[in-house]
Amino acid sequence: MLTRFLGDISLAEEAVQEAFAIALAKWPSTGIPPSPAGWLITTARNKALDHLRKEASRSERQHAAQLLNDVEQAEEHDVQDDHLRLIFTCCHPALAADAQVALTLRLIGGLRTEEIAHAFLLQPTTLAQRLSRAKAKIRDANIPYRVPDAAELPGRLGAVLAVVYLVFNEGYSTSCGDEVLRTELCDEAIRLGRLLATLMPQESEILGLLALMLLIDARRRARVVGGDLVLLSEQDRTLWDESKLEEGRALMRICLARNRPGSYQLQAAINAVHSNAPSADRTDWRQILQLYDQLMSMAPNAIVALNRAVAVAEVHGVAHALQLVEALDLPKYHWYHAVRADLLRRIGRTGDAACAYRQALDHCDNKRERDFLMRQCQSLPRH
Amino acid sequence: MKQYLLSVCHPAGATQPPPAALNKIMSDVMALRQEMKSAEVWVFSGGLHASNSATVLRHQDGDIVLTDGPFIESKEQIGGISIIRVPDLDAALLWARKLARATTSPIEVRPFVEQP
Repeated sequence: MLTRFLGDISLAEEAVQEAFAIALAKWPSTGIPPSPAGWLITTARNKALDHLRKEASRSERQHAAQLLNDVEQAEEHDVQDDHLRLIFTCCHPALAADAQVALTLRLIGGLRTEEIAHAFLLQPTTLAQRLSRAKAKIRDANIPYRVPDAAELPGRLGAVLAVVYLVFNEGYSTSCGDEVLRTELCDEAIRLGRLLATLMPQESEILGLLALMLLIDARRRARVVGGDLVLLSEQDRTLWDESKLEEGRALMRICLARNRPGSYQLQAAINAVHSNAPSADRTDWRQILQLYDQLMSMAPNAIVALNRAVAVAEVHGVAHALQLVEALDLPKYHWYHAVRADLLRRIGRTGDAACAYRQALDHCDNKRERDFLMRQCQSLPRH
Repeated sequence: MKQYLLSVCHPAGATQPPPAALNKIMSDVMALRQEMKSAEVWVFSGGLHASNSATVLRHQDGDIVLTDGPFIESKEQIGGISIIRVPDLDAALLWARKLARATTSPIEVRPFVEQP
């Protein structure tokens, strides 16, 4: 809304932040106003006007202030439209992927620069530079604040969903540092997923992504116990969050009824099958393999092929799976080596398994994951 | 309205495509130019000779010194440019997409600084 009026993302952002700060200070005592979003916009608008007046030496700003004065009071449904426009701007494919993530967390998620920097283990100054470069590009290249039209939407929505899933994955499987989980990123990604689902309820892939994140996140408490990473097959299923699982399943039922499958929905379905198994050895691997086959025909890539091979091992045997894995080219992906190591261990090639675990360790920067791989390697029978 | 420069990038030292392919490229590019003109977004366009045909002028101690050859030796050189006038980056990217298809080369899209 404000960015559209002002054509200046920094000014709008500053104004919105001030409005939030005022809200935080006032609402506890005065109570939440009947239309919080409308209140925030009005306050932010007035704050923006103040800024503009202060800098009124520049004629274009004066002109902008005039324009702003003429604009009608914001309606609440406009807030939703505006939110969407901003999401599509933040996730514009002309911006670098890391800039898309940072902008989305900053402007849609409302996280502070320090918080985002902390979550991605960056210096706040580095992140601030990244943000200001991205904002300068939006301004200079005139990246529009617009929801793409129907022809463009599928491709552009894909970029938005990719950003949200990237945030979730970084939270759930942190690429470096001492912690496996950065729960604040998982929570934020799920919050963004819910927001998208509210804004575009007709898009099944949004529901699919939200379901996927909920079904995975439901295992959070069982996945890390006493600081140690626990594999899905070893997890204590009573620790799984039943309300998140149920929410994920309910979303999947809506998707199934619509029958417009997509890759996020299929990944969610795979996780739903896992979540339905009362114990690891009662997992319906045939159904999982079928879903992976569908996923491979829809979005073939090496990571999906690797995960499919894990299902193949359960359905058609380890030797067959090992063949598939060794045909893949993922030399830098530590889980590739870990999966290969596990398959080698299971067919008794202990020496090769140890070697593969060492390769996995060479490519893993997360301490908890390294500890896990080390334990797996040390538990190999002597050869 | 905003002006964007669409540059066609060629790897330095790349050989020309065979005549049949080149003819196809030339006619596609001409057709696209016509489409740009009909849509009233076209400002200017043209192909460039290889960068070894360039002459560089430098201001040096109050004098202007001429040297032969391109300004910067780089892995890519600009094979041609188009300037278009459109509302925003999305519109510019739409034309750049068509240009990338027509030329079969990478296209760089760069916004011009607004005229005061």
